Amino acid sequence: MFNASLSVTDLSASRGGFALFESVSFNLKRGDALRVTGPNGTGKTTLLRCLAGLILPDSGAIKISGENSLHYLGHFNAMKPQLTVAENLNFWAAFDDGKSIVSALETMNLSRLKDLPFNVLSSGQKRRVALARLLLSPRQIWLLDEPTVGLDIVSSTLVEAMFSAHLANGGNVVAATHTPLGTATWQTLELQAA
Amino acid sequence: MSDAVINSGLAAYANPARFMRLSQTLVPFFALPAVALIAYGLWLSFTAPADYQQGETVRIMFIHVPFAWLAMMTYSIMTIAALGTLVWRHPLADVAGKAALPIGAAFTALCLITGSLWGRPTWGTYWVWDARLTSVLVLFLIYLGLIAIHRAIEDKGLAARAAAIVTLVGSINLPIIKYSVQWWNTLHQPASISSLKRLANPALPPEYLWPLFTIAIGLTLLFFALHLTAMRAEIWSRKADGLSRRMARQAG
Amino acid sequence: MMAALYLRDVRLGFRSGGGAMIAVLFFMSVIIMMPIAVGPDLKLLARLGPAFLWVGALLASLLGLERLFQADREDGSLDHLRLNTGIPELALMVFVKCLAHWTVTGLPLVLAVPLFGLFLNMEPPAILAAMAALAVGTPAIAFIGAVGAAAGVTLARGGLLVAIIILPVIVPVLIFGVSAANAAVDPSQAFLPPFALLSALCLFFAVTGPFAAAVFLKGIDE
Repeated sequence: MFNASLSVTDLSASRGGFALFESVSFNLKRGDALRVTGPNGTGKTTLLRCLAGLILPDSGAIKISGENSLHYLGHFNAMKPQLTVAENLNFWAAFDDGKSIVSALETMNLSRLKDLPFNVLSSGQKRRVALARLLLSPRQIWLLDEPTVGLDIVSSTLVEAMFSAHLANGGNVVAATHTPLGTATWQTLELQAA
Repeated sequence: MSDAVINSGLAAYANPARFMRLSQTLVPFFALPAVALIAYGLWLSFTAPADYQQGETVRIMFIHVPFAWLAMMTYSIMTIAALGTLVWRHPLADVAGKAALPIGAAFTALCLITGSLWGRPTWGTYWVWDARLTSVLVLFLIYLGLIAIHRAIEDKGLAARAAAIVTLVGSINLPIIKYSVQWWNTLHQPASISSLKRLANPALPPEYLWPLFTIAIGLTLLFFALHLTAMRAEIWSRKADGLSRRMARQAG
Repeated sequence: MMAALYLRDVRLGFRSGGGAMIAVLFFMSVIIMMPIAVGPDLKLLARLGPAFLWVGALLASLLGLERLFQADREDGSLDHLRLNTGIPELALMVFVKCLAHWTVTGLPLVLAVPLFGLFLNMEPPAILAAMAALAVGTPAIAFIGAVGAAAGVTLARGGLLVAIIILPVIVPVLIFGVSAANAAVDPSQAFLPPFALLSALCLFFAVTGPFAAAVFLKGIDE
């Protein structure tokens, strides 16, 4: 059970000298989720990377209380094409001090693919493997950049269930996505060009 | 790899399924006589009289020279396969070129090692940088480089074409090896069997020619057995790749 | 966690597409070019042998360093290494990656030295001395090379930057390394003093290299 909370005040960031977004603020308590939308180029990826600590914002404050643990899922899947699905996930499980990969494979419907080389999978299947990584170790805040890209209807439903379970467990989800993720209870943040 | 059947002359053998059936019957046909001939040739090598100058070590010649011939023959076959890949786009040419590589590299390495071991008592050194030895070492390097190309490039078709081009460029090395003892002043002795004309009036006594040719022919048959087996293995490996892709698609 | 990282990188290195064979092949090419260029004087080759081995090993080691972090950056793994990790922990990860890189590229070079020493007409004591010196020197090159690789990871021509950054720092490694290897060839030179200094350099770089690389990696702003 988590007791996550994420509070962002007056965040501004720019890339290459161009201001992307300014004065972004939001407040997430235990079990809250945020959907970030906006046209391409408005800085959704940059916002997530600021929250993850990979980019320094220009100004503003990010406050994470409770257990300071994050999962980040970017555009790339962070998997090695030459290794099998199982080898890839086992590596992340060991690296993140996680547990066995069997239940994660089951949840994401990947059990039949586990011994195939990662590079023979379709892009939707690869994305499911990347999402399976989130289930390997419990972290309270999930920062996701276009998590459902390439997924078919069945898989998207799986992913929505995955998110609901995490939120019910007290975690937070911040997802940049164009697709509605099914839950009306999510806050939304629409980024506009600064 | 498509399973379309092409029914015209030599192209009939291009179909992998037919090749697999044909090679399966041919391999023992090459392998068994190969083993027999090599065994007989080795026996002949040990019963031939010792050389009055070099003593017992001359026996290394009976495997060293055939290894050299095989190393170059393998490369010649690879050159033909390379032409098949680039000019005729023959589907089996890629496989033939790739499968021959470890075999050719092994023959070259064995030629270098046996030559080195023979050179120590004969010339007093394991290695010199004369034209013949250097060009054979370069041949070995070319083999290793071709293996590296196949390992480095994921796309098999692209790897085969790149390797084919390098094979053709490297084939200039073969005449250099053959004529190196004539063109340069080398420590390595000149060829004793340099042409068919020479065979009629050989510089080597028959007690030496018999084991030499027996082992050479035995190794040639061995090469065909090994090459066909390696080609089959490569074809199976590609089939396995295709199967795992199909499995991924079907799993959803 | 670090064991998993080491094993993964080694496994990737030895599989198809990894750098395992390329470094030794390049080393072999350099070793072959030298006598062709210098000429067949065997005594001269034996005297220059240690130097040729060192230059060849240095160039071959530089080859793969650029890819040390770039592969991870391209598929998004680097984000996860940087996420939530402080500089000491990141330095440890860099250390482990350097060890894996050395296992795949440096160790085969060291193991190939007896064969190449033979080509250069070196005597067994010289070959052993060269092997020992390279066994300590090639890890040093990997550790300090990581700094250049980390600095250049976001750049397109990162490989050049690696060479420019590390070559000045590698000079002492080269000096002591060749000196140690030459000791077996030239009786007037001792083996232990340069070898001890070489080992000290390796240990020093083993700590400072990963830390400096971690600072560069943490500071990536993308």
